[in-house]
Amino acid sequence: MSNITEARKALVARILEGAGQASRADRQAAFHLSSTAGPPAALAEKVAHDPAGISDEDIAVVRASGISEDQVFEIVVCAAIGQASRQYDAALAALETVIGKE
Amino acid sequence: MRLQILDTGHGFGTKALFSFIQLVSRQPVLDVVKLVSYRPDFYGKPMSKVTQEVMRGPSSWSVAERELMAAFIAKTNRCEFCTKAHSAVAQRAFGDRRSVSNALSGLDTANVSEPLRSTLHMLGKLTREHTLNANDVSAVLAAGASRQQIEDALAICFVFNVIGRLADAFEFAVPGPEAFEAGAKYILTRGYR
Repeated sequence: MSNITEARKALVARILEGAGQASRADRQAAFHLSSTAGPPAALAEKVAHDPAGISDEDIAVVRASGISEDQVFEIVVCAAIGQASRQYDAALAALETVIGKE
Repeated sequence: MRLQILDTGHGFGTKALFSFIQLVSRQPVLDVVKLVSYRPDFYGKPMSKVTQEVMRGPSSWSVAERELMAAFIAKTNRCEFCTKAHSAVAQRAFGDRRSVSNALSGLDTANVSEPLRSTLHMLGKLTREHTLNANDVSAVLAAGASRQQIEDALAICFVFNVIGRLADAFEFAVPGPEAFEAGAKYILTRGYR
């Protein structure tokens, strides 16, 4: 799976640095869960840690704050990829710790 | 689907393709297809490259084993759409419905290899607790999985922790088994491109 590292990098670069309807700052905040205030931050937190608990109301609250559907789409994608990335990186670090000791 | 743009906001060509798929398969277009087809330059295309490489690229895990991992991660995340979708693919790939359902319902007694069993336990913990420690990884190595197999499995965990979250957030519709069977047939023939 030698191409995975590059493909993942390209994916993350695209969603965070490429053109979008949400600002780059908002996409970065959703990815890193670095903002704690406001409806988009609350939705990103739920995408990361309680996705099965997301309701119509959660989306409606974000939309009512003036965020378009396209911006919601981007924020949710960034939050999901951010959480999966943190898990992946933590697991690879654990693997490296073990392999390094051998 | 919670966002109307993901349900009906596609361009004319994509909508025509969806109509064709429905006509040929006699099944609804799955919401995961609608998602990757919406503004595909943002998410669908770059994510499909990752998914194709992870699920169909070179690995000593078989396609069936990788699909079982996908289903197991989805079940751990309580994502009904992804669990049903990838159970269907794994069952078709293994040619054995029972071994897949046994692995998902009772991993400790399922008829799978020890490296696979141990790897699935590791993926379950990573998905539930969002992290792993050195002991978790050591247990998988001790069960006979190689470093490369662990890396490959962790990449699968990355992919399906993304897709499961999107399925839940956007509320993918869960169709009947015939639609998942048609999807599984397509995925095994064409992959994730």
